[in-house]
Amino acid sequence: MTKLTPVLSAHWDEKDSFTLEGYKRHGGYTASAKALKMEPDAIIQQVKDSGLRGRGGAGFPTGMKWGFIPQGDNKDHYLVVNADESEPGTCKDTPLLLANPHVLIEGMIIGSYAIRAKYAFIYIRGEVTHVVRRMQQAIEDAYKAGYLGKNIFGSGVDLELVLHVGAGAYICGEETALLDSLEGFRGQPRLRPPFPAIAGLYARPTVVNNVESIASVPSIISNGAEWFQSMGTEKSKGMTLYSLSGHVANPGQFEAPLGITLREILELAGGIRKGHQLKFWTPGGSSTPLFTVEHLDTPLDYEGVSAAGSMLGTKALQIFDETTCIVRAVLRWTEFYKHESCGKCTPCREGTWWLVQILKDLESGKGTEADLDKLIDLCDNIMGRSFCALADGAASPIVSSLKYFRSEYMDHLRNGGCPFDPHASTLFDKAGV
Amino acid sequence: MTTEVVDMITLVIDGFEVSVPKGTLVIRAAEKLGIQIPRFCDHPLLDPVGACRQCLVDIEINGRAFPKPQASCTIPVEPGMIVKTQLTSAVAQKAQEGIMEFLLVNHPLDCPVCDKGGECPLQNQAMSTGRGESRFEGKKRLFDKPINISSQVLLDRERCVLCARCTRFSEQIASDPFITLNERGALQQVGIYENQPFESYFSGNTVQICPVGALTGASYRFQARPFDLVSTPSSCEHCASGCAQRTDVRRGKTLRRLAGDDPEVNEEWNCDKGRWAFKYVTALDRITNPLVRDASGELREASWPEAIAAAADGLKGNRVGVLVGGRATVEDAYGYSKFARVTLGTNDIDFRSRVSSDEEREFLASHVVGTSTTYRDIDRADHVLLVGFEPEEESPIVFLRMLKHVKKRALKVSAVATKLSIGNEKLGATFLSVAPGSEADAISKIELTAKSVILVGERACESAGALSAVAALAHRTGAKIGWVPRRAGEPGAIAAGAIGNLLPGGRPVSDPAARVDVATVWGVDSIPSAVGKNADEIFVAAKTGQLDALVVGGVDPLDSALSAEALSALDQTFVVSFEIRPSAVTARANVVFPVAAVTEKSGSFMNWEGRAREFDTAVEGSLHRSDVRILSMLADAMGKSISLNSVKSASKEFASLSKWDGARATFTPSTSKSLSVGNDEALLTSWRRLLDDGSLQDGEVNLAGTARKSVVVISQKRASALGVVDGDAVKVSNSQGSVTLPVLVENIHDDAVWMPRNSRGSHLLETLGTASGTLVKVGKA
Repeated sequence: MTKLTPVLSAHWDEKDSFTLEGYKRHGGYTASAKALKMEPDAIIQQVKDSGLRGRGGAGFPTGMKWGFIPQGDNKDHYLVVNADESEPGTCKDTPLLLANPHVLIEGMIIGSYAIRAKYAFIYIRGEVTHVVRRMQQAIEDAYKAGYLGKNIFGSGVDLELVLHVGAGAYICGEETALLDSLEGFRGQPRLRPPFPAIAGLYARPTVVNNVESIASVPSIISNGAEWFQSMGTEKSKGMTLYSLSGHVANPGQFEAPLGITLREILELAGGIRKGHQLKFWTPGGSSTPLFTVEHLDTPLDYEGVSAAGSMLGTKALQIFDETTCIVRAVLRWTEFYKHESCGKCTPCREGTWWLVQILKDLESGKGTEADLDKLIDLCDNIMGRSFCALADGAASPIVSSLKYFRSEYMDHLRNGGCPFDPHASTLFDKAGV
Repeated sequence: MTTEVVDMITLVIDGFEVSVPKGTLVIRAAEKLGIQIPRFCDHPLLDPVGACRQCLVDIEINGRAFPKPQASCTIPVEPGMIVKTQLTSAVAQKAQEGIMEFLLVNHPLDCPVCDKGGECPLQNQAMSTGRGESRFEGKKRLFDKPINISSQVLLDRERCVLCARCTRFSEQIASDPFITLNERGALQQVGIYENQPFESYFSGNTVQICPVGALTGASYRFQARPFDLVSTPSSCEHCASGCAQRTDVRRGKTLRRLAGDDPEVNEEWNCDKGRWAFKYVTALDRITNPLVRDASGELREASWPEAIAAAADGLKGNRVGVLVGGRATVEDAYGYSKFARVTLGTNDIDFRSRVSSDEEREFLASHVVGTSTTYRDIDRADHVLLVGFEPEEESPIVFLRMLKHVKKRALKVSAVATKLSIGNEKLGATFLSVAPGSEADAISKIELTAKSVILVGERACESAGALSAVAALAHRTGAKIGWVPRRAGEPGAIAAGAIGNLLPGGRPVSDPAARVDVATVWGVDSIPSAVGKNADEIFVAAKTGQLDALVVGGVDPLDSALSAEALSALDQTFVVSFEIRPSAVTARANVVFPVAAVTEKSGSFMNWEGRAREFDTAVEGSLHRSDVRILSMLADAMGKSISLNSVKSASKEFASLSKWDGARATFTPSTSKSLSVGNDEALLTSWRRLLDDGSLQDGEVNLAGTARKSVVVISQKRASALGVVDGDAVKVSNSQGSVTLPVLVENIHDDAVWMPRNSRGSHLLETLGTASGTLVKVGKA
């Protein structure tokens, strides 16, 4: 039985975990002081050695990303943290920043120093006002303490940190769209190459990292690469936040080594809500292909989830029990993607517009079995054909749901409508409480 | 001649090997093989965007295949690349069919009423690449339609496929980012800023490159079906940029003009004036028959023989001056040139129906005619200096070419000017601010290299000594001079010798060998040897009785610096006018010959580069004759034939004269003179805007709607002294008249006041009798 390994979340239960004092009580800002005495390249090497991979979904090795920044090029470099957490189900960065904003600031100090950036940016989701305020306070406190600004920690290094509040677009979580938005343009993904490491923010070499990736850095500097390596599986090292939501007894954040299984996490969370059984779940948010009961023992690391036909994504484990109508759930997600499609490319813009209409018809029992094949074919015409990965995410739940629950779609057609009682799946429904 | 070394890359597309220069995009390499990959957002002159996804193909490089189809419009070729298009890859074919199906999801099936129907890339490619039947059974998005994004461009949002060609053109090519994509998802749409319409001089290009019927020109909307139009390649008559165009005619009426494709000149663009200002041809007041003034003093219609006889009578044996106008074709100008020398026996001929000077005439003969500065020189220049020239207003394609290099390689641009214009701001030009009349001094201080280009406008002659300073600067640094007049006919008129100091081919009148050359070809004994009068002198001579008659082409006497003298000269002499519509000249003429407009005849212009811009008759069956044909008839009647009974014969004979290879005309530099400016005074400066009250723009209200508003521009210092702010009325006056306009405070020399030369409420030559360099009073109105 895998045990939880709280590092980022270790002190979330303390009343003042989000304050500078609360953070420092447990050794906060010692890692950055230590890092500033190291050679920048040594930090990059240490992060490489740790095996830390991007926690935003793609799992790209963080140290390698930092290593791509050309050095000695006489250009400004930028570190940009992607805190635009917007995917349905994904909810790790928001609580992390609410409970411990300073760990991100400390990670950014180390990361900026490593890539020789004098300016760092946090692009944060605008809707989470409480987190924005807390982040603002934390930055202000860090400036006052001399951890940000000129000559930080008396090291001679300067670092300005800018908090940028997004205006609420899912696409701005895509790193190049985020950069456009940060520059003041409409958030739409950019053509690559050039990649951000060569021409990112303001056409300067830029690293874009997820909140959790950067927040993991201080612990690596403090405890060493080996310590980090001791957690996780062969190619997926370290601890990470699993966000459990939906029809479970105790939803929330579970910080565990990569490779833990859903069965283990469910056990820690008190299981599926009483009197119900698991029907399907997402391993990493709504854009990752669905899993079912048969995947309970799939190791939740990058390779394990991928081998089982999905993606680890943001480790947003959305749990749905047998009261949930698959068609209804998929339709809701698809509506989300239609609403959030930026409109730049054809398959995503027009495809999601169309998919929603077909799914709506299917939910209300209209259509024929041929529509299911059409749905699959349209998804085939969307996936891998769009400008960015958003459209792949939009098609994933549809394709995977048809793979596992085609008969349930058919039930809607035979039934002339949805056979489920929508109230039964709500958390406020009496059943199971 | 230097040869550029280009790295070639060889790849295989659909089994065929092809070699293309490094950096070529896959979609373009395929074109080279004749393989057409469908596309919408892709445009060879715009940066790749990869938005529409229509051009997906399968690609592998050295055995490694991309896991999914790639947009061929964004990927440059690489060695060892194997590309499979829809022709050889089932995956690519399905991907393209899928995208086409998606594009049609929200596209209305209104082809039967859509202007684009019949020439629509979406329609065509839906046929070539799409499914026969749609599988879409849902609801399409709906928008209110159409919306005006300017007075001349309409937007049907539901037809838009969001390829962003229009927005990218406006930003990347014209630097007028007045339209942008708004909203998101399927509701994404092209839009303008609030209260800020799409008033770009180049907006028509977006209509032309729109791959669907989303953007339409207000004047052409619902006017024709493409298959009813007869298209003729043509050349623009509006300015000296020399744009290739296409003229579309239905049943004898021009309905539309499009930018032609000429990579060396206008690439694929033109300006809105070239595109939309052609209704003057079909104006209701066109003169259709010859007119002769009868005994009672009334102009009445006459037969051709009667009119020819009347004109011949009035001219024969008299002292005659010839005013050609700046809009004649090369062939017509040649006709006037020969007519003046052979039939009238005079060198008193000038095409410059505008403010001009003798310094300019000498400059043209010594530094312009026979030289060849080209667009290519701009492409290669290290520095472009503008003198008396506002490219955006006065030669828009020269402006676009400069802008391209400003964007691409930070081309350095400097402008000796009295005011920093919008266009020069877009060019990032270094503004060398001068008081009107002090240009020469500023020019003499500039450093250039042999790779630099000096673009000189026709207004440079309005400042004494400026052209002399340009000549000296070019001599000192080796920089090339390009003279860019506003009117399309001027470079050709110089070459044809429609000016008092030059014979055809740039031959100096004063050179006996040159005269012998021409006399031989013309089969005459001799050619008058005295340098002729210039346009102003012709008017004065006519007024004072030293000339008895005038032959006047398309000239507006109100364009002259001596507009008052011009009108009385016309009143006092026998005038033969060649015109298309009634004017101040026809009102005073004794004989008026109706002539063909440019769409009704063949011929050629010569653009500022000296490049021939030939065109054929676009409107067949017109009864109007080209000027040269009428002149030839007139010469016959006068007993001194010029034997140019067709455009073709004129063109042939002109070509046979070839260029002068003898000594060039000499140039005597002039010096500038400065005026002292009193407290409430300023030196007037002005230029014509691209869209203004010019008579060739008559009748096109949608175009006129996007003209820049008339203002009087003063410096902040003067505004503070006058106590005025933007929008306040300011009066500019002299002894002859006054103009009152809203004031705009801009970057202008403190001693100067600027107004548009010929715009609504601001006709300077008519009202003030002056357009630049003279003292005027400036005060709060």
